[in-house]
Amino acid sequence: MSAVLAVADHRRGELRDVSYELLTAGRALADDVGADLHVAVISGTVDDFAPKLDRDGVDTVHTVDYGEEFDHGVYTQTTVQLATELEAQYVLTPNSVNGLDYAPAVASRLDVPIVTDTVALESDGDELRATREMYGGKVETTVSLSGPAVVTIRGAEWPAAEGTGDATIEAFDPDIDEDALGATVTGFEEVAGGDVDISDADVLVSVGRGIDEEENLELIHDLADALDATVSSSRPIVDSGWLPKNRQVGQSGKVVTPDVYIAIGISGAVQHVAGMKGSETIVAINTDPNAPIMDIADYAIQDDLFDVVPALTEQFQ
Amino acid sequence: MKILVPVTEVTTVEDEFEIEGTAIADRYLGADLNEWDEYAIEEAVQLQEAGLADEIVTVTIGPDDCEQTIRQALAKGPDRAIRVWDDALADADLLDVGLKSQILAAVVDAEEPDLVLSGVQSGDDSFGATGVTLADAVGYEWAAVVNHLAHDFDDDTASVRRELEGGVEELTDVELPAVLTIQTGINEPRYASLRGIRQAQRKPLEVQDLADLGIDADGLESALTLEEMAEPESETDVTVWEGDADETAAELADLLREKGVAQ
Repeated sequence: MSAVLAVADHRRGELRDVSYELLTAGRALADDVGADLHVAVISGTVDDFAPKLDRDGVDTVHTVDYGEEFDHGVYTQTTVQLATELEAQYVLTPNSVNGLDYAPAVASRLDVPIVTDTVALESDGDELRATREMYGGKVETTVSLSGPAVVTIRGAEWPAAEGTGDATIEAFDPDIDEDALGATVTGFEEVAGGDVDISDADVLVSVGRGIDEEENLELIHDLADALDATVSSSRPIVDSGWLPKNRQVGQSGKVVTPDVYIAIGISGAVQHVAGMKGSETIVAINTDPNAPIMDIADYAIQDDLFDVVPALTEQFQ
Repeated sequence: MKILVPVTEVTTVEDEFEIEGTAIADRYLGADLNEWDEYAIEEAVQLQEAGLADEIVTVTIGPDDCEQTIRQALAKGPDRAIRVWDDALADADLLDVGLKSQILAAVVDAEEPDLVLSGVQSGDDSFGATGVTLADAVGYEWAAVVNHLAHDFDDDTASVRRELEGGVEELTDVELPAVLTIQTGINEPRYASLRGIRQAQRKPLEVQDLADLGIDADGLESALTLEEMAEPESETDVTVWEGDADETAAELADLLREKGVAQ
């Protein structure tokens, strides 16, 4: 029986949602190739994590009680050893910041290809076909490879695995070369705090790269004032230092679910969409009809924000 | 300290485009310096200005056409550039991270930098895996998605912050030599000055082929094949309001009032 090995993600005592989605993706791929689904959970309170990962379709959960938090050296060495022992055809990890910090090294050491940020997967036993986006989500591509591979999956693309499985839970004792551990985590810091919590807002006026210049933000503040709404933004605005980090919507910022989300000059990169697609009503104002934001918007105005925004503000004055 | 910055010329796509076979038709494509690499270059230049780096070298895998992009990078401060190209690469699919890393690893072996600063990902194919793969291939330490780098390297260690999801940063000490993949927002990339642009034209740009790097072109094959390309299907039935700005703004205002906004 061949194997699919999925490596769970957790941080500061909590399994991350994508870990359960990983089980669904891993089970489907295991079915494609007639394999068992093995799940590894490395470092931290693994005995607490293991029963949570024992959901429908999981054959074995391997617990690796080594260290507390993510250490990419420990993850790399352990995953390589476990994949080798299981003769895993596919190693699956989340396409998270930590996933991208060790999955490429695992592929390099196993001498197999890596395909990242996948949104759909199928295999005929030898050939893997993976769907992923290119050009900032403008197109979807299918890439193929044959033989074993390391694959990272995008969050929120597969449903979370449910139910309670009857997996074997067993400890795996890796042989860690401690001299080779050259990166040490010394702490964590929350950086998106401050006076405003955009995740509490009912109405968000959110601004992106299309605003062009810092001075133009005044248009956005004027609109937000007129609507009694809160200003948020996509990443480039915060990167430029025009708004503080606590205003950033998206994967590395806040996840928001307002009643109304007005995306102004925001193209809708996947990292941004991850933070706002749960909004009840999404309105996009954008000149680009092919911008990914248009795919998730309920209402759209395909026009210049510098014309539409002042006109909208005027409607409420 | 010597810093190597892998610089990628990315393919850009116009708003409206057509797909022909497994590619976007040439007439809709452009080229630019990868956005993430701009931040990696800026970080290297700031380290040099702080007296912590002696030399900054860029390396680019690409044909003649990308020399303009390389000069654009040099105009921001790096000292010299290496461009790797070979006829054997013309047909290879550079989606394969392993293939790219193998080439970059040969350059790292030759240049022996203390620090490699790469972008987190390239803006076109967005694999986000080359930096860490390269690090493992050359036996360097690494850190992915770095949004702060302390400008001192006491005990041959780089103190970095990694940008995790949800507004959390991880503080990590990374032993040198290392590859750091640089996230946007780590600094404020400068515009090239006119003087910088003039100087860039005279900076050394060395072209190497696979044989120069000791790589056997016969063994070089992309493990990944691009099979299909399509425009993604829309997930919602979007209502697009037509008309001039006053008309569309009025439609939106009606919707917002209906939703109880500003009432």
